Amino acid sequence: MAGEVPSLAESKLTALVVDDNLVNQSMHHKLLDRLGIKNDVVCNGQEAVDVHCSGRNYDLILMDMDMPVMNGIQATKKLREMGIESKIAGVTTRSKEEEKKEFMEAGLNDFQEKPLTISKLVSILHNLDFYVQT
Amino acid sequence: MELGQMQKSLQDYTKSLFVEGILDSQFLQLPQLQDESNSDFVSQVVSLFFQDSDRILNDLSLSLDQKVVDFEKVDPYVHQLKGSSSSIGAQRVKNACVVFRSFCEQKNVEACHRCLQQVKQEYYLVKNRLETLFKLEQQIVASGGMISAMDLGF
Repeated sequence: MAGEVPSLAESKLTALVVDDNLVNQSMHHKLLDRLGIKNDVVCNGQEAVDVHCSGRNYDLILMDMDMPVMNGIQATKKLREMGIESKIAGVTTRSKEEEKKEFMEAGLNDFQEKPLTISKLVSILHNLDFYVQT
Repeated sequence: MELGQMQKSLQDYTKSLFVEGILDSQFLQLPQLQDESNSDFVSQVVSLFFQDSDRILNDLSLSLDQKVVDFEKVDPYVHQLKGSSSSIGAQRVKNACVVFRSFCEQKNVEACHRCLQQVKQEYYLVKNRLETLFKLEQQIVASGGMISAMDLGF
């Protein structure tokens, strides 16, 4: 419902935003913030891999598909090869079934079409069994 | 102008942006993300959109002016602009980008030039309208009024 933002004020969840678009980075960071989820932002799949190599780990990764250097499909495959078991939700403007299928098969747990909204993010959290107080 | 009148003008002006399709419902997400810890979020993210779009449109113009147009470069720029305009609800910019991308796929240089002009037109329109919107809000706040984030009058 408009105006009702679920609260995860005491949430201990952490997330990683992986997106090359500055406006999307700002929106997704704030969306997660608003739900009480501490989050970091990186610009492409390679940086997502690098941040995990440095020892960081997250409960949730919001993974864009189209990015330079390393795209979302490549990064998701790489993270799964590395044994990263975080929940990964693909977020993209791509809407063709075969494109979504390829992204899911790379190792996603969930998928949402952009643009992200509060309710789409809550839907991701519900689908991935993260507790959401509404 | 009396405060009540200013607030009514703001509501009517905001409503017109939706009626004309310049903004879509995605724009309504922005005030929902604004809170006490980040009371300027809407203007910040819109400013970011302006800065990013100015840069992309400049790069697009340069790319399309090359003797041999490299569509491997052009298309990602349009994709970026489509993404950011979609994220903030700048519907007509986004729609113009969708058309642009289809001509990129066809490698139609002439049509791409026309599309760039169309995208620029829509972008300057939404930029102008949003700058006016923020000015109206500032006038209300300066007069001691409050802006209700969800009160868009419809």
